[in-house]
Order: sequence, then C-alpha cells, then structure tokens
Amino acid sequence: MLGAFLETLIGGLLTGVLYSLVALGFVLIFKASGVFNFAQGAMVLFAALTIARLSGEIDNKEVHLANFVVAAAILGLAVALIGWYAWREFVARGGGPDERRKMQILAAVGALVGGIAAYSYGKGAWPIWLAIAATAAIMGLLAYAIERLVLRHLVNQEGIILFMATLGIANFLDGFGQTLWGSDIYKINLGLPKDPIFLFEAVFPGGLLVDPGELVAAAIAAGLVVVLAIFFQKTRVGRALRAVADDHAAAQSVGIPLNTIWLIVWTVSGLVALAAGLIWGAKLGVQFSISLIALKALPVLILGGFTSVPGAIVGGLIIGAGEKLSEVFLAPILVKAFDLAGGGIENWFAYMLALVFLLFRPQGLFGERIIERV
Amino acid sequence: MNAIPAPSAAPTPATSINVIDVANIEVIYNHVILVLKGVSLTVPEGGIVALLGGNGAGKSTTLKAISNLLRTERGEVTKGHIHCRGERVDGLTPNDLVRRGVIQVMEGRHCFGHLTVEENLLTGAFIHGSKRRQIADDLEKVYHYFPRLRDRRTSQAGYTSGGEQQMTAIGRALMSRPTTILLDEPSMGLAPQLVEEIFEIVKNLNEKERVSILLAEQNTNVALRYAHYGYILENGRVVLDGNADALRENEDVKEFYLGIGGEGRRSFRDVKHYRRRKRWL
Ligand SMILES: Nc1ncnc2c1ncn2[C@@H]1O[C@H](COP(=O)(O)OP(=O)(O)OP(=O)(O)O)[C@@H](O)[C@H]1O
Ligand SMILES: [Mg+2]
Repeated sequence: MLGAFLETLIGGLLTGVLYSLVALGFVLIFKASGVFNFAQGAMVLFAALTIARLSGEIDNKEVHLANFVVAAAILGLAVALIGWYAWREFVARGGGPDERRKMQILAAVGALVGGIAAYSYGKGAWPIWLAIAATAAIMGLLAYAIERLVLRHLVNQEGIILFMATLGIANFLDGFGQTLWGSDIYKINLGLPKDPIFLFEAVFPGGLLVDPGELVAAAIAAGLVVVLAIFFQKTRVGRALRAVADDHAAAQSVGIPLNTIWLIVWTVSGLVALAAGLIWGAKLGVQFSISLIALKALPVLILGGFTSVPGAIVGGLIIGAGEKLSEVFLAPILVKAFDLAGGGIENWFAYMLALVFLLFRPQGLFGERIIERV
Repeated sequence: MNAIPAPSAAPTPATSINVIDVANIEVIYNHVILVLKGVSLTVPEGGIVALLGGNGAGKSTTLKAISNLLRTERGEVTKGHIHCRGERVDGLTPNDLVRRGVIQVMEGRHCFGHLTVEENLLTGAFIHGSKRRQIADDLEKVYHYFPRLRDRRTSQAGYTSGGEQQMTAIGRALMSRPTTILLDEPSMGLAPQLVEEIFEIVKNLNEKERVSILLAEQNTNVALRYAHYGYILENGRVVLDGNADALRENEDVKEFYLGIGGEGRRSFRDVKHYRRRKRWL
C-alpha cells in the first residue's frame, strides 16, 4: 500500500514538474510586464513541434520545405548571435537612433548570410542538440517579433486588451505551427533509456517503479529553476527585470529600456516553453493537446501566486501529485460510497483545489505581499 | 511629432553653455488635453533652477517632456523643441537621455519596493553595464552623501521611511553619473527638517559634483532659498521668472506663493502687471 502510494506520488510529482515549467513561463511574463500571457501553452507546442521536425526524419516529398526550415532556423541563430554582439556594443558605446539602425542592418546582413549557409546545409534530420539550439534561436526570434509587432504598440493599454492580444498570438501560433510543420503526431527522441527502473527494492517488495525519462525531466526542470533564480537575484539584467516588475515608470526613468526588458522576458519564457515542450514531447509525443497544458497551468498559478517563481514550482508539484493521488485513491472511495462512475477526477481536481484557494487565500501560497505604507 | 516646425523657422537657441533649453513647448495628453501652452526655460551649466507653481500647473509635465517619460503616459510634445547641450533631444528615449547625463527623479519617490536599498541604487547604474570598479566607487560616493542609506542598505526599499525613499531615489539617479538631474518635488510629504536635510545634500551635489539641477517644487519658500533662478508656472504657462532673490522679494510671489502680505487677489491672472513670456514668438 505504501509502495503504491509512493509510486503514484512520484509519478504525480514528475507530471507536476511539467505544469511547473509552463506556469513558470506565465509568471516570468506576468511579473515583468503585467501581461497574462495566454500564448504560453501555444509556445510550448510550437517549440516542441519545431524540435520534433528539425530532428526528425524528413521524407523526400518535403525536402524543399525542409530546406526552407533549416534556413530559417540557422537564420534565427545568426540573428540571435549578432543581436547579442550588437547589444553589447550598444551597451558599451551608448546609442541613439543611428546606432539602432546600424544594429538592425547588421542583424539583417547576418541573417542573410546565416540563411544562405543554412540553405546549403539543409537536407535530412539534425542531431537533437542542433535542433534544440536552432529552436532556442527561433524562440528568441519569436519573442522579438511579438515584442516588435504586438506589445510595443499596446503599451499602456488595459490589461484585458493585452490579454486579448496574447489570445490572438496563442491561436496564431497553434495554427501557424501546423501550417509550417503539419498536424501529425511527431516524436522527439532524446535517446533516454525507456525501461523503467526500480528503486528501493530492499525497502518495498518489488521496489518503486520509476520512469527514468521523468527523472531526467525533473532534473532539467530543477536545473532551470536554479539558473533562473540566480539570473533573477544576482545579475544586472535580472535586477533590472525585478525593477521593471516593481515599477515600470521608475525603471524607465533610470534608463532601463522597457522594450529590451520585455524582449528578454519573452525570450526567457520562450526558452522555458522549449524545455517544457521538449520534455512533454519526449514523454507523450508532440500533438495539439500540448497547448492545452496551458489550462492546467491556471490552477497552478492560483495556487502558487501569479508573481512567484517558487510558487509556480510548488503549485505545479502539488497539483501534479494531488491529481494523481486523487485519481488512484479518491476515485475508489467515491465509487464505493456513492456508486459513482469515479472517472475523470484528474480533470477537475486541480480546478477544485484552485477554487478553494481563491476563496480562502486569493494571493496564492507565495503571492508577493503588496507593500503598502502610509 | 508632425507638428514640429520646420528647422528654418526654429530660432537658434543659446547652445553649449545651457545644459537644457526648452523652447516654447506645447504638451498634449491623450491627443486632446492641452496641458503646456508654450513653456520656455533654460538651465545653465552648474545651476539650480526652480520650477514653481501650484497643483496641476504643469511642473511634472515639463520635466517629463525633457526626460521623455511623457510618451509612456500618452503625452506628446506637439510644438516647440528641447535641446540638451545644443543637441535636439525630443524624439529620443528616456534611456538615450540617461546616457546623455540627463536623469529624472520622479515625483512621489518611485522606489522599487521589493528590491533592497542597495539593489535600488545598483539599478541606477544599469546603463553602465558591468563596470564593477566604477559602480563600487559610485556606490561609496552615494553612501557618502546619504549616510542613512548605508545603514539601510539591506532593507527592502518598500519598508523604509519616506525620507529614506527620497534619498534612495536621488542616490539611484546619481549612480548613472548624471550631469543634470530633473528633481520632481523632493519635499513632498516630508517633515520640514528632512526637507532641509535633503536640500542641503542637493546643494552639495550641485557644488561638489557640478550637477546641474532643474527642481520642480510646490514648496516655494525652500526652493527659492536653494535655487539660483526660478520660473513660476501657472496653468501651463510661465507667468514670471527671475533670479531667486528677486523672486523672493517680488510682491506677487510673496502674496501667492510665500503666503506673506496682501489679500483679495487669488491668482496671477487677476493681476495685470506680470509679464507673459513671448520669447520665441
Ligand atoms: N497622464 C495624464 N493624462 C492626462 N492629463 C494629465 C496626465 N498627467 C497630468 N495631466 C494633467 O496635466 C496637468 C498638469 O499636471 P502636472 O502633473 O504636470 O502638474 P504639476 O504641476 O506637477 O502638479 P503637482 O504639483 O500636483 O504635481 C494637470 O491638470 C493634470 O490633470
Ligand atoms: Mg507634479
């Protein structure tokens, strides 16, 4: 009994890690810009699709598309690298409109060169690490496009307008991903051992059955959280991000460029989406339903608090574990006691929990205290 | 932006010596609310210039027009132009201006509440990237001017006192190594003694660090004691300007802003003998 409980718990926690990752993406953007980014789930799907297609086998029929795709990916990488270089220059020298123009021209030239290089390269599947790197670059590019084409024009608008904008982005990404990559179910092969391993065989009869893939996933997520925490607490840009989250206007007044900060935040949460997509895709295959995880992230956010990074992590774990445990242990009780069918608890448990929290602790477990002094 | 007059029509401002030249600017919020109706002022190198006036006169708006923080509040300079050291700066971003040494300390002590005092100060050095030595030196300098901040360096800024927050905000601006500070109502909500303390520090900064200061204040009395020159703003127009001593002795200023003397008249608009500024017209 204890063995079964622990097994379910571990399984649930590992699923919870994925919820945490998606919720983390939400929190980052919400903290820095007050935008509730409905597109986070779509970004996860898009990233997963991109990795799957770049690293997957490509049949002959689609070689032209593949070339195009490869070109686009390397192009993204080139833009990211040159953008980074130019940004450092920009920081060193100080800038104005002229410098910005120069930077853009530089980036465009770099993209062109990168694209041509990519085009001459592009046949067949990429090794997974290259696909991941290219996808990271594409997520950066996507963040740039979103900042440039959407957010910049909606500065100072009502929250609901920004929310609608992200809803639009979400649907666009869902559809565009399919236009670009097709709507089949793809596989991401991380080359992880598939056979379940048994832990603590000495303690429990038969041991605990754990999927090594999920352990790796948990390790990746944990690593990501540590890196993010250090980035936020210790670095100059991290400090600037927190400053922007606290007070947009004051941040601008000391010369922190909001647009750049938003670009960074969206890129970071794009990378978090990539991690989530990678893990999820490796586990369940890449399919449309991934973008629906976003909806699971909602109760996670309510539980953890919309502005708290640790909240997102803990909330995800609680929901993941609670869901699985209730499915396995609560369902039989309900069946016995009330003669119900007992299925589908996994679907509503999270939302019930969230509702309870909304009633009794609306700021969530770790929601930032609002500092008010008179 | 399209309403800016053609360059040929623009008068040549007295450049180079003035760190800031505001020439007849008009500011409109939300495309409809006309708030500044032709304000002109100059801040000479090394000067302390006070911008005085009651609630809603347009002091903050003028400062934000210079620092380019207007745009995020949906305000726009629709006429006139602004030069810093002879360079036209309207149309730049706040970031560009901070890089040119012009930084605003906003009204109401906008500190980053969840950051510590020291982190707040460090954000002021954002534009200096990762020059560790310089930033450490500057931090020392800020603590030298504001010893209280050293004691509170690890406290969350949101929980420090109003005076400490004002000091944090000014110190944070110093970290960018400014040549000009646009200081918006540093006295707001502070006890008289603290106001005095802060103005002393500001004067020190002006004398020792050669920082020019444009100061928006409702507290006319204190402002005119520390400033060299003053402008009085009413309803989006400059209604009077002059040396600080002269302004302090001016009967109307005494009456309306210093609360000394005659009764019966309520506003400059009721008096006919002020001179309206028409410098650029
Ligand atoms: N974002 C805004 N949108 C519309 N109107 C604004 C905005 N900001 C200020 N105003 C208006 O512009 C006028 C001038 O405001 P401003 O803040 O410049 O005054 P002030 O002189 O700084 O006053 P105070 O001493 O109260 O700070 C006011 O009538 C105000 O209502
Ligand atoms: Mg004001």
